[in-house]
Amino acid sequence: MATLMTERKRSALTRGRLPKYTPYVVAVSAIVVAAALMSLIGFNVFGWAVLSAVLFTAANVVTSAVVEGRRKATDKLATSLVLGAFLLALLPLVSVIWTVLVNGVPGLLTPGFLTSSMNGVTGAVDNASVANGTQVLGGVYHALIGSLLITFWATLISVPVGLLTAIYLVEYSAGNKFSKAITFLVDVMTGIPSIVAGLFAAALFSMLMGPGTKTGFVAAVALSVLMIPVVVRSSEEMLKIVPNELREAAYALGVRKWRTILKVVIPTAISGIASGVTLAIARVIGETAPLLVTAGFANTINTNVFGGWMASLPTYIYAQIMNPISPSTPDPSTQRAWGAALLLIILVMLLNLGARLVARIFAPKTGR
Amino acid sequence: MFSGAALGAGALIVAVLFAVAVFLIVQAMPTFFAPAADITGGNGFFAYIFPIVIGTLIAAAIALLIATPIGVAVALFISHYAPRKLARGLGYVVDLLAAIPSVVYGAWGASFLASQLQVPYQWLADNLGWIPIFAGPASNTGKTILTAGIVLAVMVLPIIASMTREIFLQTPMLHQEAALALGATRWEMIRMAVLPFSRGGIISAVMLGLGRALGETMAVALVLSSGPLIASLIRSGNQTIAAEIALDFPEAFGLRMHELIAAGLVLFVITLAVNMVARWIINRHKEFSGAN
Repeated sequence: MATLMTERKRSALTRGRLPKYTPYVVAVSAIVVAAALMSLIGFNVFGWAVLSAVLFTAANVVTSAVVEGRRKATDKLATSLVLGAFLLALLPLVSVIWTVLVNGVPGLLTPGFLTSSMNGVTGAVDNASVANGTQVLGGVYHALIGSLLITFWATLISVPVGLLTAIYLVEYSAGNKFSKAITFLVDVMTGIPSIVAGLFAAALFSMLMGPGTKTGFVAAVALSVLMIPVVVRSSEEMLKIVPNELREAAYALGVRKWRTILKVVIPTAISGIASGVTLAIARVIGETAPLLVTAGFANTINTNVFGGWMASLPTYIYAQIMNPISPSTPDPSTQRAWGAALLLIILVMLLNLGARLVARIFAPKTGR
Repeated sequence: MFSGAALGAGALIVAVLFAVAVFLIVQAMPTFFAPAADITGGNGFFAYIFPIVIGTLIAAAIALLIATPIGVAVALFISHYAPRKLARGLGYVVDLLAAIPSVVYGAWGASFLASQLQVPYQWLADNLGWIPIFAGPASNTGKTILTAGIVLAVMVLPIIASMTREIFLQTPMLHQEAALALGATRWEMIRMAVLPFSRGGIISAVMLGLGRALGETMAVALVLSSGPLIASLIRSGNQTIAAEIALDFPEAFGLRMHELIAAGLVLFVITLAVNMVARWIINRHKEFSGAN
């Protein structure tokens, strides 16, 4: 009788399978064993987590190998490794955001941080603010203005060129050799290191205007070398998905080709184009290296992109960390740098969210 | 007129890329004709550029060795392991992380990561010091080429992950379902249906990541305390082309400026080659896959 019962329990379909609760049991015991081992050699949370994960994986795979066979065990090992790699990847990324938040919030919330420049803030001022415990003076106003102006001019150059190129590629070229060359070169341009783009602009203007020319406009030219390929690629994709029926309907009504493009094709694709442009802006506003070699460092407000050095948020962060205003007490400079870093990340995130919003707002109206 | 403007814009792009190459070459020229003793280091341009090219390659190699397996695993997790609702959000988060400016990663590496890694480096120097790449004495600040490589890996990882995720999602559903229907486990399905299909895509994503790592400036400029070329990864030393330019160009004039532009030209040629190979692989892959 007893043998019959066991026979029935081990039906062919459930034979060699671990019960569903196994992973939970293994996980709990792995955590407990890891805690016990860690308390022997000195406890820390990070080591505990790692040891638990390793023990869990090993125990899970071994039990599976014994009961379920090698194939299932390999599957479990792969699952553990993939999940482990994912958690490992999250670690530095969370740490980056956490570091910026913790260090950046005090800097960003200092009164006057957004509305004052570094004009007149010297090492003595920083030393005094540390010695007396008063608030850190100086801010990012000039850098914010510079970043916005340089990015604005870069956008002004890149969007017409990029959009027209995309129109040429999709509407006019009909896949000829020249358009293939453009597509290839745009792909190549996407991979230009940002510092090389900066060097190009610096070399170009030092030949045109004399050596050592550093203005906001030179920086804007450098950024547009980086921005044009992004605009071309995203606009091209968007123009390609405009249905041909729309174009043919316009031609059937006797509308000229350029008018069709302006009145039918672009309005249909405008949501995608606008969000692509916004993403391109988000990409270049954080670029540091090209600005370093083209716009110089400035401590005062300069609203003229065609004359004089210009500050920007990324170079401001870089300069405050690498060359603190007061070398003996770098803390105020570090605080300003993190405040600016937080501001920059917020700007980039807003632009990214804005791109999604823009895509939704400008989406072509369907229905009647 | 309108078609002329469109054609002109296309021609302008060709002209710009051509101009980038021409201006770099023209401005780099004086370096190649200058007497060897006038070049930084005093032994001619080749002796100057060789160590920083190797440094650039070392940093990029470390970054890729770390970022490739983890990036592919993250992409697999998002495309094939995570619950569908979670996967959308995670994909968005990865895209956002790719948008964080490099100077922020650099600042994080210099102020946080370097000091955290100093103890492990000490341990490596004490226990594995007989391997040349871990030869001591370990850096006291942790600002070494290995730290720079790790920061680069963190920056490249979202790029590799988001590109390979796109490719994994394109794997034909029928192939995957067929594998599962034959009784394959999830891992066997991935190994037999997903990975072979996306091999070309993974390689090209890694190549694009390599292009990014080679040209990345700020992370290295902020993290690495540079020096001459050495084999040990845990001592301060080594330098990359991009960081060398960023650190020295603002104060450079005369021949030094031409030298740095020549270094930029070398970097341009290297990344150009890497990107062209990547595009070639992508295009070849396109012809063979039946996805279109």
